Amino acid sequence: MSPETIRSLVKPSAYQDSVTLLLLARQLRSGPGVVEAAALMATPSNRDLLEQSGLLTAEAAKAGSNDLVIAVRAESAAAAAVALAESEAFLGAKRKRLEDSGRALPRTLESARRHLPGANLALISVPGAFAALEAKKALRLGLHVMLFSDNVGLEDEVALKGLAVQKGLLMMGPDCGTAILNGVPLGFANAVPRGRIGLVSASGTGLQQVTALLASQGEGVSQAIGVGGRDLSEAVGGLMTFQALDALAADPTTEIIVMIGKPPAPAVRARVEARLRAAGKPCVLALLGQGVKEGRDATVHAVATLEDAAWAALAMLEGRPYIPQPFSIPAMELRECVEEFCRALRREDGAVRALYAGGTLAHEAVLILEPLLGPIATNLRPGSGGRHRVTDLGADEYTVGRAHPMLDATVRVEEIRKAAQDPDVAVILLDVVLGHGAAPDPAGDVAAAIEAARATAKMAGRGLAVVASVIGTAGDPQDLAAQCARLEAAGVWVLPSNAQAVRAAACIAGGEPVLARLLEGRP
Amino acid sequence: MSIKTANRTTLQRLTEAQPFLVDCLPAAQAMGLTGRTVLHAGPPLLWERACAAMQAAICCAVRYEGWAPDDTAARALVLTGEVRIGPCHHRAAVGPMTGIITPSMPVFVVENRAHGNRAHVTINEGLGKVLRFGANDASVVERLAWLADEAGPILGAAIRATGGIDLRALMAQAVRMGDDMHQRNVAASSLLARSLMGPLVRSGADASARARVADFMAANDQFFLNIAMAAGKAATDPCLSVADSTLVVTMARNGTDFGIRVAGLGDRWFTAPVEMPKGLYFPGFGPEDANPDMGDSAIVETIGLGAFAMAASPSVVRFVGAGGVQEAIAATEEMAEICLGEHPHFKIATMDERGTPVGIDIRKVVETGITPLINTGIAGKIPGTGQIGAGIARAPLACFEQALEAFGAR
Amino acid sequence: MSPLAAFFRQELRVINLGLEQFAGELDRLGVPVVHVAWSPPAGGDLKKAALLASLTDEDEDDR
Repeated sequence: MSPETIRSLVKPSAYQDSVTLLLLARQLRSGPGVVEAAALMATPSNRDLLEQSGLLTAEAAKAGSNDLVIAVRAESAAAAAVALAESEAFLGAKRKRLEDSGRALPRTLESARRHLPGANLALISVPGAFAALEAKKALRLGLHVMLFSDNVGLEDEVALKGLAVQKGLLMMGPDCGTAILNGVPLGFANAVPRGRIGLVSASGTGLQQVTALLASQGEGVSQAIGVGGRDLSEAVGGLMTFQALDALAADPTTEIIVMIGKPPAPAVRARVEARLRAAGKPCVLALLGQGVKEGRDATVHAVATLEDAAWAALAMLEGRPYIPQPFSIPAMELRECVEEFCRALRREDGAVRALYAGGTLAHEAVLILEPLLGPIATNLRPGSGGRHRVTDLGADEYTVGRAHPMLDATVRVEEIRKAAQDPDVAVILLDVVLGHGAAPDPAGDVAAAIEAARATAKMAGRGLAVVASVIGTAGDPQDLAAQCARLEAAGVWVLPSNAQAVRAAACIAGGEPVLARLLEGRP
Repeated sequence: MSIKTANRTTLQRLTEAQPFLVDCLPAAQAMGLTGRTVLHAGPPLLWERACAAMQAAICCAVRYEGWAPDDTAARALVLTGEVRIGPCHHRAAVGPMTGIITPSMPVFVVENRAHGNRAHVTINEGLGKVLRFGANDASVVERLAWLADEAGPILGAAIRATGGIDLRALMAQAVRMGDDMHQRNVAASSLLARSLMGPLVRSGADASARARVADFMAANDQFFLNIAMAAGKAATDPCLSVADSTLVVTMARNGTDFGIRVAGLGDRWFTAPVEMPKGLYFPGFGPEDANPDMGDSAIVETIGLGAFAMAASPSVVRFVGAGGVQEAIAATEEMAEICLGEHPHFKIATMDERGTPVGIDIRKVVETGITPLINTGIAGKIPGTGQIGAGIARAPLACFEQALEAFGAR
Repeated sequence: MSPLAAFFRQELRVINLGLEQFAGELDRLGVPVVHVAWSPPAGGDLKKAALLASLTDEDEDDR
């Protein structure tokens, strides 16, 4: 074997955003003769990463945090040179696209306002250390803010939201991945019609699930406001939640309010209830993990799942009561499906391996699976253990040096492969998220891995079921019908919602007892 | 006052200044420059740190004034303090390159009729072995004497006869004709000559004296540079007293240090070692011959001209080695990133009549790391060599960082 | 009118700082958007960046 060549290209003071760089690295890795490739800003921790990957050249070691480093390890010097030339072309093409308007791009928020007079929202996804500062500048300039960035400190969040409330501005986030404002999908969001339901959400994929279901019934959204995952903590005290609730209460086009999140800090909870009642409109409260009390409350309807939130909201619009059902598929058909899968498994029961791109969807899975199957091991709860496993692949430990699973299926594909080799795994459970911002072909990205996994299991003489929900709408850039069809062609059982997919997986893994329990209304 | 309001005030004062060329008089008379004082370009200077060209120019000026018979004696007077040196900027004046002004030198008087303040600058001596480049032989002294005895009074009379020449209008027209007012002043110099031709001809001075003055003006493409600088000085001085403004009112170099002053920080200087210009060299010269960046002429960039108007002067761009019109536009766009606004009077035809970027904001410089570009001539480091090239220099980031810290602590 | 009520009636006009893909998506939808060629302020110096943020113009001065 010929000796490997390591080459690098350093571009001083040439900042590129993280996703662009990860996509470039992925492209380079697929080049002929390339063994490993990286494209990074040369911060100290990234230089460590390069070193660990055997890519730290002398040139790269001297580069600084504002310098861009592209490094490749290839089978030959020629292959390395080709890869580096390709990266120049990639960056040059990107630069050209950005400059095609004939005018150079603004370098700061302030000069951007001169390029786009009347700008009213800043969408901020720069690295966490600077995100809070940019958000502060934006608010001072009178802009609403969607703060996509995570790794923003709690104190900064409190200060930013305090400033926003004082000025009557939205400060959505930090870690706000999804919003739909004035009919425009922001961040990772689905194409959803304008409608009569207003939403306030601490969760991005949670918001995506609910709005996609509403859209599937032809109903739409007035505003979908993200508030970030910590808004209902004691420190933040629900600042943005209350601002959003008040706004939706006052908004004439909003008839129903839906609130999505996790149970708030006790000190905040009572104020949330009070604010919802004061809204003067019917509200649906989907705080995943809260207990849902029996009894009818006409004004504030608490629900246990994201799907229930969508259907409850629709029911309220139509003035009818909503009674949650475990499945929307007729019982007979469901039983047939489950039995077929169970037969194919050739064993009594098996483990669920859930591999999620959406953190809230993973959380919902844990909440539904636990009562049905027993202890769940999940990276959402450090220290948890159990036969069944739910993994949030968007968590920090999976996204170091890798794009988020919503954009890049590499890690999920690898996890599917590993799950298929575990003889205890009976069912793999997935979320496939479509919409603006997501990858162009999420189903296609995992289909081959799924087919290979099922083949692996079959060769070993055991069955393997794959269950998924597709979070998307007919208006999304990815073709929803084609995405579902691709999954089904790979042997995936596609269910209409995450909650149903989770329950279906539980039925396959746990067999008849679980199915019976669900159908008898004992969730 | 909020920073925003303060900046609005200073930017308006700067762009709505009305500089008029009103006279030419001895510095002692026009500026009240008395005693043994030698003014120089740039921030305050310690003799020991001054470059050779500056030291040579100061000594020559001391000899010209008759305060010392030779350079050794001149140097001694400076070291003992019997001859005081100080920045032109502190005396409502500016000077190109070494920027030397002494009491008997004639200075143009520019009056800002929007605010009532005045600014002063010497008559540009021409090219080659001149005081401006640190030449200091007898020919330099002879020329200085001629300027004081003959050219100054004749020009003064001609200017007075016009009732004042509107410099803002003249410069706006010159920009349209491809001048940047720093490296290229040929259109402005021609327009000025045209304004003075009649009064010069009609003046009562001796015919051969008038001819010498006319020839002197006509031979110098850069004649207007000094006057452009004084117009800049007249426009920026009124901004110095506006608290809370982050506008840069002064950028100046003394061959050792680059200094800036900020409207909201009064007359404090923020200095850092000056950088070497980068550009093209005349035949026979190279970067190793270059003097560090020098002169008050960066005042021109401070008011939205010079490098900030590069897109209006593409011929300058090619001369300094950049690519062409696109590069010039890109340079102007880059400067727009660090400026508070667009000039209402200096317009760029190649950019859809956008005003030149004007009003450098220290906040934006520090935030973006974009430092102001300056179109500059390159002087030879050996005193008296003269101009050896032309190019681009940048103001050092450190000046703006220091100023920002001071602003934050105010 | 609540402060957000006015905003809800406006056309969304977005300044995008960070991931370029977001600007691309909005542009494809026909939403007015400008992408900022952002790089860490003050060369990445957090202390200076914080000072800059606190010296940003306030929009109140327009009212």
